[in-house]
Amino acid sequence: SSWWSHVEMGPPDPILGVTEAYKRDTNSKKMNLGVGAYRDDNGKPYVLNCVRKAEAMIASKKMDKEYLPIGGLADFTRASAELALGENSEAFKSGRYVTVQGISGTGSLRIGANFLQRFFKASRDVYLPKPSWGNHTPIFRDAGMQLQAYRYYDPKTCSLDFSGAMDDISKIPEKSIILLHACAHNPTGVDPRQEQWKELAAVVKKRNLLVYFDMAYQGFASGDINRDAWAVRYFIEQGINIILSQSFAKNMGLYGERAGAFTVICSDADEAKRVESQLKILIRPMYSNPPVNGARIASMILNTPDLRKEWLTEVKGMADRIISMRTQLVSNLKKEGSSHNWQHITDQIGMFCFTGLKPEQVERLIKEFSVYMTKDGRISVAGVSSGNVGYLAHAIHQVTK
Amino acid sequence: AYRTDEGQPWVLPVVKKVEQMIANDNSLNHEYLPILGLPEFRANASRIALGDDSPAIKENRVGSVQSLGGTGALRIGAEFLRRWYNGNNNTATPVYVSAPSWENHNSVFMDAGFKDIRTYHYWDATKRGLDLQGLLNDMEHAPEFSIFILHACAHNPTGTDPTPEQWKQIATVMKRRSLFPFFDSAYQGFASGSLDKDAWAVRYFVSEGFELFCAQSFSKNFGLYNERVGNLTVVGKDADNVQRVLSQMEKIVRTTWSNPPSQGARIVATTLSSPQLFDEWYGNVKTMADRVLLMRSELRSRLEALGTPGTWNHITEQIGMFSFTGLNPKQVEYMIKEKHIYLMASGRINMCGLTTKNLDYVAKSIHEAVTKIQ
Repeated sequence: SSWWSHVEMGPPDPILGVTEAYKRDTNSKKMNLGVGAYRDDNGKPYVLNCVRKAEAMIASKKMDKEYLPIGGLADFTRASAELALGENSEAFKSGRYVTVQGISGTGSLRIGANFLQRFFKASRDVYLPKPSWGNHTPIFRDAGMQLQAYRYYDPKTCSLDFSGAMDDISKIPEKSIILLHACAHNPTGVDPRQEQWKELAAVVKKRNLLVYFDMAYQGFASGDINRDAWAVRYFIEQGINIILSQSFAKNMGLYGERAGAFTVICSDADEAKRVESQLKILIRPMYSNPPVNGARIASMILNTPDLRKEWLTEVKGMADRIISMRTQLVSNLKKEGSSHNWQHITDQIGMFCFTGLKPEQVERLIKEFSVYMTKDGRISVAGVSSGNVGYLAHAIHQVTK
Repeated sequence: AYRTDEGQPWVLPVVKKVEQMIANDNSLNHEYLPILGLPEFRANASRIALGDDSPAIKENRVGSVQSLGGTGALRIGAEFLRRWYNGNNNTATPVYVSAPSWENHNSVFMDAGFKDIRTYHYWDATKRGLDLQGLLNDMEHAPEFSIFILHACAHNPTGTDPTPEQWKQIATVMKRRSLFPFFDSAYQGFASGSLDKDAWAVRYFVSEGFELFCAQSFSKNFGLYNERVGNLTVVGKDADNVQRVLSQMEKIVRTTWSNPPSQGARIVATTLSSPQLFDEWYGNVKTMADRVLLMRSELRSRLEALGTPGTWNHITEQIGMFSFTGLNPKQVEYMIKEKHIYLMASGRINMCGLTTKNLDYVAKSIHEAVTKIQ
């Protein structure tokens, strides 16, 4: 007999299931709107030009393959911090931060979660927005933390339930941990406006909460890296020493290279050194040290003025295409004669859109039109192109009229 | 890490070639790999460990998880065992690590949640060899179902491996006591120059019907240290068990790193699946292994020619990157302070640090240390 007779089959991944079904579909008009990766207007993966240039530069330098330090490539971590905090940031210039390289967004979140479990003795509770990225809950749970929630998305308006959020957050026990999406909230695409961020900062300060920002879409949301990092920078300016997870999967298209970073804003440089030493102790028994390739590419781009400029243009290009698809979807729905209010589609931001479609309507879209999305009505706008936006609008109108 | 005779890091020629191929292939992009990794990498990596003719592979009862280096493979395996082995979430299952071992073994299993990590006898300092009796004794008295971390070859840090006969005795006891074998294979090919020879122990255990884990690293044998290329090979009783195990390992991977990095896996997969590139790689591996073996024999012969007190056959009997010289802490201090030769307080030296240029100096220095300091 086997040691593993009692091991249950793990539940299938809901998002993967969407792609599996899409692959099996033979309808030539089929659309995969579950995909969490950017696609160009031909529906193809997009390797950024600045990435190709950076790769060529790296290849010509003929570098060795020696282990990186546990905390990662220094040029990369410094550039990541500067990208998030801004070059004029007092916290950045004074060195009162530590940034370690992480395995893209997930790995960075997990380092932070493990760090909290070991060193944040005040609370085990992490408050997530309702809803949040599906993987947030298991990451924190596996790290030994407990999950709570605050109101965030209002399904009636398909927008931010700001009063509900403020109400819930004002009641969170002091010294709990609150996770905030820095921009392009996943899965809803609903972000607070700047005045709302100001009120959120005030209330978390009042409640003395530890703020954990997840920034996976800097630059990708509005097309402007500074605008997308506004909330992160504002909170720090308000004296809130945040912790932060960054991903370069989407904004540099480095998905499979796993480039990410985890940052702790500290009281001073000495505290940062001590925190860094503990982060290394956490990382070593996970995977010893991080992979070089994605970090080298990202570092080359961020630290080479010409490449950085090109990157900013390309990132804006991706964001603009997404925004334009949102606009076209709404205008096409109007053209179809839909009487519903679809404004949330253009109000929402980033890769994802919570359409407001109900499970039965989603099911019809899949079965009758071969338009694939997750049951919650979330679509990846990246999967929409000028060639199929008309078909999508037609299909949505048919199931909602 | 390996060093050339000029004391430099070495990017394997076959790796340079394959990287160029990858760079020139415009059909490749940077999309996410599946959670368990690149399929061609996983299959080839496990095939390397278990052998082309492995009955376990033929019987479809082998699973693979691409991991971040050998460390990542160990961690995924440890997390899985803590959740699913010997009951559900049984953190009390004893985990045995050799004395001495790579220090990170302890941390990996501790951070995975195991509360009872113990050592098993391994290195006999007096005879400078394997303490087989101590080892077997520890296994006889270990609680049933205990987990034992076994170094597949080139034991780190002692360089001392059980002989095939000794492995057979170890397997016999482990089977009788229902102990779980978790192999750490970081030096396959790099140790003896032969992939098959370095995998003998793992394959023997598989042939004896064990269910086991083998954490593989391609850091040393491919020189891909910073790309973090590893693989956790899972051998189970049958396909159904392995499938369920992998589905749960997928959940563990998803909250640790979501999916693994693609560059290193592509290099290894491309190399292993092409007969010509595979041969080139094998040649590169043999180059590294042969240089280390040469340094071992050259160091030993110099010490014996100098008449350095003690016996020095352990230098050539040990295998892999490291050698436990037998120098005591005071002698080590002499080496560092007076001779500027850096080694661990345990007397462990990295054979890769030896070159034809420094052999004489090192041998003389050891001679001085041993004769001057007691």
